[in-house]
Formats: sequence, C-alpha cells, structure tokens
Amino acid sequence: MKKASRSGDRGKLLVLLEAAQDKSAHISRDTMVELAESLDISIGEVYGVASFYSFLSTKPQGRNIIRICKSLPCLLKNAQIIIESIRKEIGIQPGETSSDGRFSFELTNCIGACDKAPAMMINSDVHGDLTPKKIAKILETYK
Amino acid sequence: MEKRVVLQNCGVIDPKDIASYMKTDGFKALKKALKLPAAQVIEEVKASGLRGRGGAGFPCGLKWEFCYKAKGDEKYVIANADEGEVGTFKDRYILENDPFSLIEGIAIAGCAIGAKKAFIYLRAEYHFLFDLVNNAIAQAKKKGFLTHLDIEVREGAGAYVCGEESALMDSVEGKRGEVRYRPPFPPTSGLWGKPTIINNVETLTNIPRIILNGADWFAKMGTEKSKGTKVFSVSGDVTKAGVYELVLGSPLRELVENLAKAEKVKAVQIGGATGRIIPYTMIDSPLSFESVLGAGAITVFDESRDIVDIVGKTMEFLAEESCGKCTPCREGTEVMAETMERLGRGEGVAKDIRVLEELSETMMLCSMCGLGQAAPIPVVDSLEHFRDDYDNHIRQS
Repeated sequence: MKKASRSGDRGKLLVLLEAAQDKSAHISRDTMVELAESLDISIGEVYGVASFYSFLSTKPQGRNIIRICKSLPCLLKNAQIIIESIRKEIGIQPGETSSDGRFSFELTNCIGACDKAPAMMINSDVHGDLTPKKIAKILETYK
Repeated sequence: MEKRVVLQNCGVIDPKDIASYMKTDGFKALKKALKLPAAQVIEEVKASGLRGRGGAGFPCGLKWEFCYKAKGDEKYVIANADEGEVGTFKDRYILENDPFSLIEGIAIAGCAIGAKKAFIYLRAEYHFLFDLVNNAIAQAKKKGFLTHLDIEVREGAGAYVCGEESALMDSVEGKRGEVRYRPPFPPTSGLWGKPTIINNVETLTNIPRIILNGADWFAKMGTEKSKGTKVFSVSGDVTKAGVYELVLGSPLRELVENLAKAEKVKAVQIGGATGRIIPYTMIDSPLSFESVLGAGAITVFDESRDIVDIVGKTMEFLAEESCGKCTPCREGTEVMAETMERLGRGEGVAKDIRVLEELSETMMLCSMCGLGQAAPIPVVDSLEHFRDDYDNHIRQS
C-alpha cells in the first residue's frame, strides 16, 4: 500500500471525493473504503470529510440536484413561493429524491446570485429572477 | 458616484481572451514587478494603504512583509474566492468579467513573497466559473507570464466557514473545513505549515492597479485609514440590485438610495450575516473601515420588514454554518436562532432579551474565529436600534 505524504496524496482527499460525487451523484461506502485504503487513512477520517460539506452526499441522489437559495436576499424576493412551486411541480419535499430518480430537492444557503433573487441552482447551473411561471419550463430541460 | 478601479475592465474586455486584457495595460504591472526587488514591491503595496477586502481589513502589505520575512523552503499564495457571506456576489462579478486581473495580482504576490505555487479556492456554488478561470490561467501561462508560479484552482464543496482563512487552508489540505487555533498566523505557518498569504479576490485585483499607477495614486483615494475604492454587492428591497464600486468613505445613502434606488428604507445590513445592522437614521454613515464596511455585502430592508424576523433568519443561517469546533459559536448560534424564532412566533418573554445579551458577550469573547466572534453582532445591533420590534413581539405573548 502506498503511503500518503503530508502535502501529497492525503491533500487530495477532498478533490477525490468531489470527483466521486460528480461521477456517481453520491459517495458510496465502498468508495470511502477504497479511498481510505489508498490514502492510508481511517475510514472515519474519509467519512468526516465527506459528511462535512453540503455539496457532498453519502446517500444516493437524483440525476439532477435542485438547490433553492433560502438566505435573506432571496427570501425578501419571495423565495418561499418558488420553493412551493418546485414542491408542487415535482411532488417531493426539500431533503427528498423523486421516486424516478430524476430530481433531488434541497434548500441551500446563499449561492451568490442575490442580484438575480430569487435564485436556485440545478446541478451547476444558476437560474435567477425566478417566477412560478418559469419553473416548469426550466425543469423540462433536466431529464 | 461610481469610480471604477477594481472593475475597470468589467464589461470592457472579453474575459475569455487575454489579448483584450493586454490591450488595457494587462500584465504591464507584472512585468514591472518582476524587474523590481521583492522588498520594493511589498513597500509599494504597504505605502498604498491597501487593506484586505474580505471583511477583516488587515493591511495587505504588512501581511506580505510578514510572509516575505518568514523562513520557509516553500511558500504559498491563496486567492480566497469562497465568498459565502450572505448577500455577497462581487467576487463572482470580478471573476466572470475580468479573471485576468486576479491572475496578474496573484502572479505579483507570488514574486513578492517568493512563492512558486498558488491556489484559487473557488466556492462550489461558482463551479460554472471553473472553466473560465482555468482558461484565463492557461492563456497567461501560454503567454509566458506564469513562469515563476503555478496557479491551481481548488473547489470548495459547500461550506460557508471555508471563507475563513484557517478553515480554507484545512479544506485545501483535503480536510474538514474547521478553524485553527491562532497564533501562528498564516504568513508564518499556513498551508501545510508553510508561510502563506491568503487574500480576497478583490484585494488581489487591486494589486496590478497599485503597482502600475503607484502607491501615491492609490492613496489619494479614500479616507485616512481606508484607501482606494470598495466593490459593493447590493440586494434586498432595492430596484437596482447589483455590483457598484465607490471610493471608500462615500456615504451609505449614495449606494442605497442613489445607485440601487431603494425607497422607504428601514434598515441596512452591511457585511452579511455577521455584519452590522444600520437604521435609516444612520444612512449618511461613511462606508469605510473606520465606520462600517465588512466585505461589502449590502442588504436593504424596507419599512414593511420585521427586524426580529430578519435577525432570526440570520441566526438560523449562522447556526447551520458554524463549523462546530468551539462551543460558544456552535451552541450560541443554535440558542440564538431558537430564541429569535420563538420571539418571532410571539412566544418570547422579557427574560429572553437578557439571555441574548449575556450570550452575545460570551460568544464575542470566547469564540475561536472571527465568525463566532462576530455572529452576535446582528442581535446586539438590532437590540440597540430596533428594541421596539422586540418589545412588540414580547407584548404579543
């Protein structure tokens, strides 16, 4: 087994976890075990990092992840109405994944799109100046 | 009136094409800096009076000098592009319109402190800028501007606290983004224990302008202790939300009413979740380090807003984003969020105010990092200026 140097391989843990997240939409137990072995660190340490960051998930997620901003600038521009529209449109609550695996739905903190509030992210795309009318059309483009 | 120094190229150049940046004197400052002794570059930055634009306002040149003088076989430059403060989007604007100025600023910082490696720590929410920034680095490299320094973009994964410099370094090291005990400070012991400077995107974007035009030119702008300009992100109850750049010391009114066209203003939150809450009666306050500033997030609330609700949402955010390492912040933000929410529901009691005040003092004194120490500010400010809003809720119960 290869030993991890201080500033070498161990330092890549977050980058490797991000890559795993991109590839399989979550970080599985098997992936964590593999990473722990290859970097010569404990599984607990890998899980500790994987569970710290909100964009990493240790549970399976949908093909598309919707993140609606629930911070003040968006709330002031009626983000609550957008949250309701999405909830009705895809039929799930924040924190859930649709049964067909198409969407995961989350509420998130400030995404830095306050000039386009209310705003949301779907995967890496930012959608701003949202209105309930725009929602269905935007969701259509994510299969 | 707007004064575009940091944003001088935004909307002017093509952010995908280095040639258009070079037409506006791009990389001339780096060429100049490479010919000067490192100590002189640092002296210029010191003389300019430039202070950190990420919120803390530490003198930039002094930070560089500490790092320059620190002993170390390797040194690092980190550009903090993890602007997670609620209501901040000015670094996004800089990155999407002018990534080259940041790269030139990093390259100058590298030659000043003798770093061969630099990181841009980009927040996960800005993943859509990843290719644009990498393209700018690749073009600068191809033109031969980065022979002394390698720049790598590292992405965050969704954690507000990673905008705090010590948590950010842990994140770059691939760990949980938890804050470190200080001292030692990053200029002597930072990334992997090596001397490191961490500067905000906007701070580094100022550097090429200072080196090219001189410290005297820069120091002519602003107030005694706040030199240059500041880029502000304005949102909330305004007609024209957006990014504006003003000379430091300009009145808050100029930004909120004249530029962003706010009406019937009740309060302004300056500096995001851990920022100050300023009542309308103080709308002529100057925007400066001596007065109020933070990282330049300006959220405007009109007369229809309830301050208890606003502060409650702010504390909820901070409770969620506390890294959890120290007790005063982890538990304090949690209790504050719960108390504010209960007050908002009309189920608060007069004693809650005393608890909030006592807790604020403890958190400010005992938290490990700036975030925990500043977390009670919205509560303290709102209790001072908007006591009526609190009393109305308590009377309900």
